[in-house]
This record gives sequence, C-alpha cells and structure tokens, in this order.
Amino acid sequence: MTRDVAIQLLYIVAFALFIYGLMGLTGPRTAVRGNWIAAAGMGVAVIATLLTPGMGNWWLILLGVAIGTAVGVPSAKQVKMTAMPQMVALFNGVGGGAVALIAWVEFRQSLGFANEPEHVAIASLFSAIVGSISFWGSLVAYGKLQELITGRPVGIGKLQQPLNLVLLLAALACAAATIAGGSGQLLIIGLLVASAVLGVMVVLPIGGADMPVVISLLNALTGLSAAAMGLALDNTALIVAGMIVGASGTILTNLMAKAMNRSIPAIVAGGFGGGGGTGAIASGDQTVRRTSASDAAIQMAFANQVIIVPGYGMAVAQAQHAVREMADLLESRGVSVYYAIHPVAGRMPGHMNVLLAEADVPYERLKEMEDINREFSRTDVAMVIGANDVTNPAARTDTDSPIYGMPILNVDESRSVIVLKRGMATGFAGVDNALYFDPKTTMLFGDAKASVSEVTEELKAL
Amino acid sequence: MLVQNLAVLVLAGFVGFAVISKVPNTLHTPLMSGTNAIHGIVLLGGLIVLGLGAESVLDKILLVIAIAFGTINVIGGFLVTDRMLGMFKNSPNRTRDGDRR
Repeated sequence: MTRDVAIQLLYIVAFALFIYGLMGLTGPRTAVRGNWIAAAGMGVAVIATLLTPGMGNWWLILLGVAIGTAVGVPSAKQVKMTAMPQMVALFNGVGGGAVALIAWVEFRQSLGFANEPEHVAIASLFSAIVGSISFWGSLVAYGKLQELITGRPVGIGKLQQPLNLVLLLAALACAAATIAGGSGQLLIIGLLVASAVLGVMVVLPIGGADMPVVISLLNALTGLSAAAMGLALDNTALIVAGMIVGASGTILTNLMAKAMNRSIPAIVAGGFGGGGGTGAIASGDQTVRRTSASDAAIQMAFANQVIIVPGYGMAVAQAQHAVREMADLLESRGVSVYYAIHPVAGRMPGHMNVLLAEADVPYERLKEMEDINREFSRTDVAMVIGANDVTNPAARTDTDSPIYGMPILNVDESRSVIVLKRGMATGFAGVDNALYFDPKTTMLFGDAKASVSEVTEELKAL
Repeated sequence: MLVQNLAVLVLAGFVGFAVISKVPNTLHTPLMSGTNAIHGIVLLGGLIVLGLGAESVLDKILLVIAIAFGTINVIGGFLVTDRMLGMFKNSPNRTRDGDRR
C-alpha cells in the first residue's frame, strides 16, 4: 500500500518535471536545461515503475532496455544535423510501434478484454489503431525524407479516399467486434494490419513539402495513443505525459500548417503538387541566365544590402559555415547582410535557424518572414541558397498553382537575385519557379557549398 | 477511477496547450523533438505489462521489442534534442526571442 502511494507520488514528481522542462524548452535561454529536466522526469517515472510490487522478468526488461540503448544512443549521436527531421520521424515511429505492440499483448493476455471493463478495451484498441498508424506513417515519412522512396506524392488517384475510409472502417469493425465479445487473434491482427496499411496510404500521397506538418501530426497522434494506453493501464504518468504531447503536437501542427496556408485536412487528403502539372510554367521555351562566381562576388561586394535566403539545399550541402564566411567578408566591406528565414524553409520549422546558429551566425541577423519581406524592395542582391518553393511568386499570383496562397518570401522584389541551385529540378512541391525566369535573376549552378566557397574566394581576391 | 483519470486527461490537455502556445519559431524543431522524447513514456507501459507477467514466448518477444522501441524513443529523443539545442549555445545576443524565462 505504502509503496503504491510512493509510486503515485513519484509519478507526480515526474510529470511536474515534464511540465517544467517543457516550459523551459519554449525559451532559448532555458531550453537546454528544460530538456534535461524533462529527461530527469523520465528517469523518475521509470524508477517509480520498476518499484511496482510483483515486478518480474527482470532479465527480459534489461534486455529490452539494453537493445534500445545500443540502438538509440549511437543513432542520436551520429545523425547529421541535416538528417534531424527524419530522425525525429523515426523516434516518433518506434514510440507508436511500442504502443501498438503493448496493446496487442494486452489483447492476447486478456483474451480480447473478456473480463475487462469496457473503457479498458476501448482505450487499448484506440491506442492499437493510432499506434500502428503512427508507426507505419512515420516509417514512410522517414523513407521520403531519407530519399529511400520518392518525395513526390504517390497515390492511386480518386480511389485513395474511399480506400482509406474502407481501411479505417475495417480497423474500427475489428475493434467493435472485440468489444462485442470477440476474442479471435484475427481480430487484433486484422486491426493492426488495416491501421498499418492506412498509415502507409495516408502518408504516401503527401508531398515532401508537407512532411514537417505530417511528422508533427504523427507526433501528436503517438502522444494521444500513449494517453489512451495510460487510461487502459490506469497509469497517471502515461496519461499526463501522453496528453501533453498530444495537445502540444496539435498546436505545433497547426502553426506549421498555417505558415504554409494549408489546412490539416487538405494535407492529409494528400496530393500536394500531384495535380498533373497544374500551373506549370512551360520551362521549355523560357531561358534562365547563368552567372559565374566572380560576377556574383562583384555584384554583392558593391551592394548596400544583401539578403541571404537559405533553404533545404544549404542544409544538404552543409554550406552554413561557408555562407557565414562569405557574409563576414561582405560585412567587412560595409555591406549589411541579413538572413531571411521562411517558417517552413528546410524540412522543419527552425531548421535553418539551427543550422545557421551552428555556424555562429549572430541571432539578430536572422529575420523572420514578416520582418524581412518589407526589406526586399530596398535590397540590392537577394541570394537564394537552395530554397525553392518558399520563393516562388506563383504563390502570390497564379491561382492555378498548387502552392497558391502560401506565404512566401518576396525575393522577386529585390533589385537583383542570385539563385544557387544544383540544377533545374523543381522543388519538393514539384512546381516550376517563375522566379528563375525573371530577367533580373541569374543562376549559379552547382553544389551550394562549392558555389559559396568560390564566391568567397572571388571576394577575397577583389 | 475512470472519471478521475478522465479529469486528469482533460486537465493535462489544457496544460499542454498553455505551456506550448508561446514558442519562438526558432525553437519549434527542438520542441517537437523534446515532446517526441516525452511520449517515450510508453516505455512504462512495456515495463508494467512485461514486469507483471507475460507467459507465452510471443508475448515476451513482443514486449521486449516494445521496451526496446520505447527506450530508443526516450534516449534518442532527449539526446537529439540536446544536440539541436547545443547549436544555440554560442550566440550570446538573442535580442528578439531570448528574454523569455
């Protein structure tokens, strides 16, 4: 009895630490500490759980933890900053997978929740469905970001929605049959498989540009499934932690979707950029102007103000240090340099900030979209480094474009534009960018890091 | 018990909304990663169900995998978040978003 009370008290300590840690994570000064406070909360929660009377199977528990540590620590330590988003997707996925597996075992042990109260059955089956969706959906998101599968929308067209509905209904039917008293293994396996296919089918048709929103949504879903599991197991720590993640993930998802002027239902419905080339600009009969590193260097060296627009291309090329070196040189010549950060540049919000902070770019040089958009008309040179869709003026002007209405950086208002790009491929949304065909735009083709370094060398030589 | 748990559930939801609603853009990615680590709490579910008795071999295998998954989620999540946040350490002048405590 007293031990039970002690466990409950430790759980309270644990979720107080979670909440306090999360509060810390919302401010730059307190974030590092906040993260470790939350981690300490997790330590307390695990220890409290291990104190549960009647615990056994210690070797197996140790085995599971050892495997998890052996896999988790090296992958977290070694992942490159550019690959962070897919790593988060993967960590999220295994969390959902754990929930689904536990719910499966619960079904097996209780023979289809035969002697359990209804709410236990409902909560467990809910967590099984959501956990399975989250696991498989996250794996697809990982595959897309890691470019193991195409980032473009993959779908079966009009049949997609009815099929997803059928899959959802199939999963719910299995759940309903279980609650009605069914206990066959096929029910739970059918439920898990239908949810798994649903998770894959929902994420597969979503274009890479929407992937941050999807990961955030799956993150929230895993939180909800954890909370449901807490209800089934009558465990406060699970309920509180899971629900907090569910709520915060929902907010974050909303923020991201808003930044792209997209609604979450529209994203989940899929098909971003998959509309068969709508709004495509006939790139065949338009030409782009190429420039060289030395021309670009001269152009910028004699400018008053330069705005650098970083995107995923900078992240892939790991060009942030080279970019900072170039900016330092420009500043030593009296050019004022700012960085325009689109909310969804890269693959996740804040992706660019993280990379540029790594290269010690002063924080006050990073400007968010609303602040910098007024500046473009006063800017001599805007240098776009591996960003595409977030600079596409079609989002403002072309009502047929799939990205119409998305807030963009008004790069086209500056006096001249230099675009650093590997080639003429379209962005993640799969749409042509009218900016490239603008007469005041010049293109510097090549790897972003190599191009920036060349420009830097030319600047030094000036 | 159910009603109490539901009350906790609803309140926790509101706490989640309240805590998260004010975050500078810069910290969205680390924050997502941090909340991601916290839902690794599902590890507890695995510990309880396995610790309080799993009989068949299949159950044991599934639960060991679940515990491994949960551990990856927790440890990997917190470590990755810390690495992301480590990137912010060396920029002392945080004029716009920096003064929130």
